[in-house]
Amino acid sequence: MTQIQCENISLAYDGIVVAREINFSLHAGEYLCIVGENGSGKSTLIKGLLGLMPPHSGRIVFGDGLTHREIGYLPQQSDVQKDFPASVREIVLSGCIERGGRSLFYSRAQRQNAAAAMEKLGITDIASACYRELSGGQQQRVRLARALCAANRMLLLDEPTTGLDPVVSAEFYAIIERLNREDGITVIMVSHDTGVPLRHATHVLHLKQKPLFFGTKDAYLQSDAGKNFLGGCADGDVS
Amino acid sequence: MAMFLEMFRYPFMVRALIVGSLVSLCAALLGVSLVLKRYSMIGDGLSHVGFGALAVAAVLNLAPLKVAIPVVVISAFFLLRLRESSKLKGDSAIAVISTSALAFGVLVLSLGGGVNTDVYNYMFGSIYAMSGDDVILSVILSAVVLVLFVLFYNRIFAVTFDENFARAGGLHTDAYNLLISALTAVTIVLGMRMMGAMLISALIIFPALSSMRLFKTFRSVVLSSAVIAVLCFWCGITASYMLDTPGGASVVLVNLAVLLISGGLAVIRAHRRG
Repeated sequence: MTQIQCENISLAYDGIVVAREINFSLHAGEYLCIVGENGSGKSTLIKGLLGLMPPHSGRIVFGDGLTHREIGYLPQQSDVQKDFPASVREIVLSGCIERGGRSLFYSRAQRQNAAAAMEKLGITDIASACYRELSGGQQQRVRLARALCAANRMLLLDEPTTGLDPVVSAEFYAIIERLNREDGITVIMVSHDTGVPLRHATHVLHLKQKPLFFGTKDAYLQSDAGKNFLGGCADGDVS
Repeated sequence: MAMFLEMFRYPFMVRALIVGSLVSLCAALLGVSLVLKRYSMIGDGLSHVGFGALAVAAVLNLAPLKVAIPVVVISAFFLLRLRESSKLKGDSAIAVISTSALAFGVLVLSLGGGVNTDVYNYMFGSIYAMSGDDVILSVILSAVVLVLFVLFYNRIFAVTFDENFARAGGLHTDAYNLLISALTAVTIVLGMRMMGAMLISALIIFPALSSMRLFKTFRSVVLSSAVIAVLCFWCGITASYMLDTPGGASVVLVNLAVLLISGGLAVIRAHRRG
């Protein structure tokens, strides 16, 4: 079932189009990797998908009962968060706010939801720990748990392994792959890293202001865009 | 002790203690969010704008709060917008506005008769400045701040910790930023005649910074800021009464002492953990 479909959208800042002619659709349970160089419009497309920036033209159609608010978003870590005094539990719970609608305080169901998300990501034992004292990998899992509280059918990850060492990055990609495979969560991953994410992805969108490629990963690896972008590492490393 | 109790015999001291405690409490609650979001300078900018507004009100013989509150609330709105727009960098924009407002205020006061004691009082505060109306207004304000803060506590946390995530989830982050700034603006105007335009922003920044060094959850930081702010105010005012030192400056220095002690404790704790 199609969950998200971009119909010839273009996105613009102050009237200046930075990404155009974007067409793609994604079904439930698929894993899309969005690749491209800096300034290729990836971040802008994220804003568009999240509904933070209305498309300049074209439209984004949601299906399967999804709306842009039901995308679990994992933004990049901001400076504010690095020394933020908050417990893991407080942060994960804050993902439940939107689901509570107008309710101002957390319900029992929301607390259970947060506890389940922490359990799933193996951070229950550090629920009372202070976020700023955790390792980068633990912090990323905390923020992923928060995203799962906000939405459990689609995740949108923005360069999630920036600043993580290769071992921790691999662990994180394994978690995402597990959520995709076992829980059927649709994944949209924006990444510089063309190694592991591409190995797990089912589809690839290669952007350079407009799509150079959209299709299945296997087709991408055979395409000119894929071969040029991946260079030497296309041989065996990601397939 | 006798001298401590003697303080309460003077109505102006009682008024100063009530307004000061409530303003400290509000400033501390709002301060946690402002400091964490790197908006500390907005508090400083607003107090300078408040000085300009008070100067104009004094020269034109208008009620000070009726002029200053709307002016500062509107400035809060603009400062927030400026910080978001990339054309003028946030920090320099705030500096431009605050120094201009300060210069404007000094100029207006000197044209209005060169009343130097007024300049001094506005800049560095006077505990004699609080009227009965100020007491009523500060009670209402602090009630509003407390109620809004408790009601929107979870949302304020979400917006403070991660604005992008909160916005993606459908929270109206701009509205919460505006709410926090507007409440800060009113708090600053109420407190600045007692604490002084140069010193009032300390009430916003210091308790939050001290608490962040001592505590590890958002809730404990918020509660501790409120307690530290009110305690520091009382210690500062008592010291000012007993030693005959300026009130605002005394309160700020007590806050500084607490910040240094908190910093020291944090260092010791980090050492122990190895």
